[in-house]
Amino acid sequence: MAMVSDAPKGNFRLSMLVYDTRYRSFTIQVIVLGLFIAFVAWLLLNLQANLAAKDKDISYSFLFNRAGYDIDQQLIPYTNDSTHGRALFVGLFNTLAVSIAACFAATLIGVTAGVLRLSKNWIVGRLMTVYIEVFRNVPLLLWILLAFSIFAQVMPEPKDFKVTQEMVDQGLEPPAQKIFFDSIAITNRGTNVPAPLLDRPLGSVSVLDVPINLSVLAAIAVIWGSFWVNGRIRASAKAIQEDTGIRPVTWWKSLLVLIVPTTALLLALGFHLEVPAFAADENGVSKGFNFVGGISLAHSFTALFLALSIYHGTYIAEAVRGGILAISRGQTEAAYALGLRPNRTMNLIILPQALRVIVPPLISQYLNITKNSTLGMAISYLDLKGTLGGITLNQTGRELECMLLMMLIYLILSLTISLGMNIFNNSVKLKER
Amino acid sequence: MKKSVFLGTLAATTVLSGAVFAATLDDVKARGELICGANTGLTGFAAPDANGEYQGFDAALCKAVAAAVLGDPTKVKFVPLTGETRFTALASGEVDLLVRNSTWTYSRDTDLKFDFVAVNYYDGQGFMVKKDLGVASAKELDGATVCIQTGTTTELNLADFFKSNNITYTPVTVVDDTEAANQYLAGACDAYTTDASGLAATRATLADAENHIILPEIISKEPLGPVVRHGDNNWGDIVRWTYYALLIAEEKGITKANLEEVAASTTDPETRRLLGLEGEMGVMMGLDNNWAKNAIAVSGNYGEIFEANLGTSTPIGLARGLNALWTQGGLQYAPPVR
Repeated sequence: MAMVSDAPKGNFRLSMLVYDTRYRSFTIQVIVLGLFIAFVAWLLLNLQANLAAKDKDISYSFLFNRAGYDIDQQLIPYTNDSTHGRALFVGLFNTLAVSIAACFAATLIGVTAGVLRLSKNWIVGRLMTVYIEVFRNVPLLLWILLAFSIFAQVMPEPKDFKVTQEMVDQGLEPPAQKIFFDSIAITNRGTNVPAPLLDRPLGSVSVLDVPINLSVLAAIAVIWGSFWVNGRIRASAKAIQEDTGIRPVTWWKSLLVLIVPTTALLLALGFHLEVPAFAADENGVSKGFNFVGGISLAHSFTALFLALSIYHGTYIAEAVRGGILAISRGQTEAAYALGLRPNRTMNLIILPQALRVIVPPLISQYLNITKNSTLGMAISYLDLKGTLGGITLNQTGRELECMLLMMLIYLILSLTISLGMNIFNNSVKLKER
Repeated sequence: MKKSVFLGTLAATTVLSGAVFAATLDDVKARGELICGANTGLTGFAAPDANGEYQGFDAALCKAVAAAVLGDPTKVKFVPLTGETRFTALASGEVDLLVRNSTWTYSRDTDLKFDFVAVNYYDGQGFMVKKDLGVASAKELDGATVCIQTGTTTELNLADFFKSNNITYTPVTVVDDTEAANQYLAGACDAYTTDASGLAATRATLADAENHIILPEIISKEPLGPVVRHGDNNWGDIVRWTYYALLIAEEKGITKANLEEVAASTTDPETRRLLGLEGEMGVMMGLDNNWAKNAIAVSGNYGEIFEANLGTSTPIGLARGLNALWTQGGLQYAPPVR
């Protein structure tokens, strides 16, 4: 007995588009789509008409013109003779540098603070609560400005590190000294750290105008190789332990494998550190305005990095705490019943399960860190917003082009992070079979 | 139906955009107020005084234009703009006129679609350093950290200067003169570079001005002037000739004090045309015939404005130099009113 009758055929009327439930949803969707297209078209026509009224066009040719300005922090070679397009990449790499560093630091801070907030130790738990509530409830921009002004106001000027003729005559020390065995100088402009230098470098190859340092590649390969060999040694030790019940002594093999090849490579390349210092004449009197040699990390980077990681660390801490609380108490009790210590219970039983809950909010925090790095413009950190959306935009006057391009780049960046983290999420989430 | 929506929007946007960008004069008259883009605060050029009212060399020109167009110098609203935001504000129609010590350059004139209607201050870029730095010339600044306003021509000149002299520097980008002064005083940079007039103005506001020196090198040409949007020629003419009226007034010896007296007694034909006593000069631009008289009445002629805000009797203490009238060896020269 057929319960569903066939639809009546052949007598379609226009009014059925509104009154017949089979067609009504189509009608509504077509209307909504039409309105949406009309809205987009209106925006585009508006843009076109306004550009025409101002006698302007849309052109990205400026990206290939000489930029003419200088950038103080650069991860790829750049001079004022380079193009605006290259300045864009310098900014993009600065964005990536501060975002990636802050993502790592925020995760470390967040996981630690989140776990500690659940501590049974009253003082530790409350301290973490205070940290989270204080940092989470003050706008990020204020933390960035605070961190920057502390560096800029409290630290000595570079000239305070200089040795003058009077000091040489009277055997006095300059008012400010370098720290860490006379190697790191923190001034009110930046942190000058020693730079690794090679006497016999392997040279570099240029890929797409970006030089790739072969020495660094060789070092990475050697270190990775040592870790791989070390892994093999441990695996074979484990196999022997499972066969015979006796674990062979491996620590000296591991130590040898991990240290000797890297050290040998560094010695072969003539590795040494270049300590930042003022140029000096034969009497030891300092010359010049700034430290020479070493790597100078501007405070705009340090302040942005610190503020981003501490601020977003609080959100990650809350996500971690929520994740841990989501794991039933029975898991901990079962682990204790097996004789696992609290440390191992947390690392082996609770955190791996909690990851399923923690990872999705973690993705959004990583996205937020990347996007919030644009706040660096308040302290003149030349990230993508500073180069493409700041100086290039102002010097070329191509506001629309720069803004659209910048939005597109941030969109791609966020989608990439999102994709990567979703792949990770799929690998840790509960496998349902 | 969709087609009519398209056509309707097209028509609407065309009408709207036409209204916004064509007749600035009509907009200003209808609004009863001139909106003038000014510096966020550069003493002597444009900075709010203790009462929050804008004063200065550039601000005086805005007031003169307001007086010429609306007959009342108080009907002007100043919009503070940084080096970064100024041209966007002008292009979008947020301000009618930009008088913010902006340098006239080729690409701003052509590619950015602006018109620099005159040069009210001939300037050049210089450097300011602390005396105890022990530097006497900009060429000794090898390796120095330099504070520089972003979005300005000085940013590009700086790069060119150091490059052509084969020396290096570290830039610290700041958004306006106030931040630059703060960073410079805090020691975040060894030297501050901008237009020499701006350096003099900043130096005048420092508590220990005598401990700072402006280095002798002038590394660029910086003709500063009022800017309007490209395409509204009548509005450009009004601003240009208001400025020239102030120059001609100085040439003819018309001051704020003797304006009425000259207007009553003068027999000089050009002065009579300028002050609207004969001919229909104002009407040709769509203004009253006493436009120039109103403009001069606000704060006097060009020389008076210069002396009151920047001159040797002020803390800034700038000499007229290139900005003297052509009759006194300077470059300031106005075409005849005829």
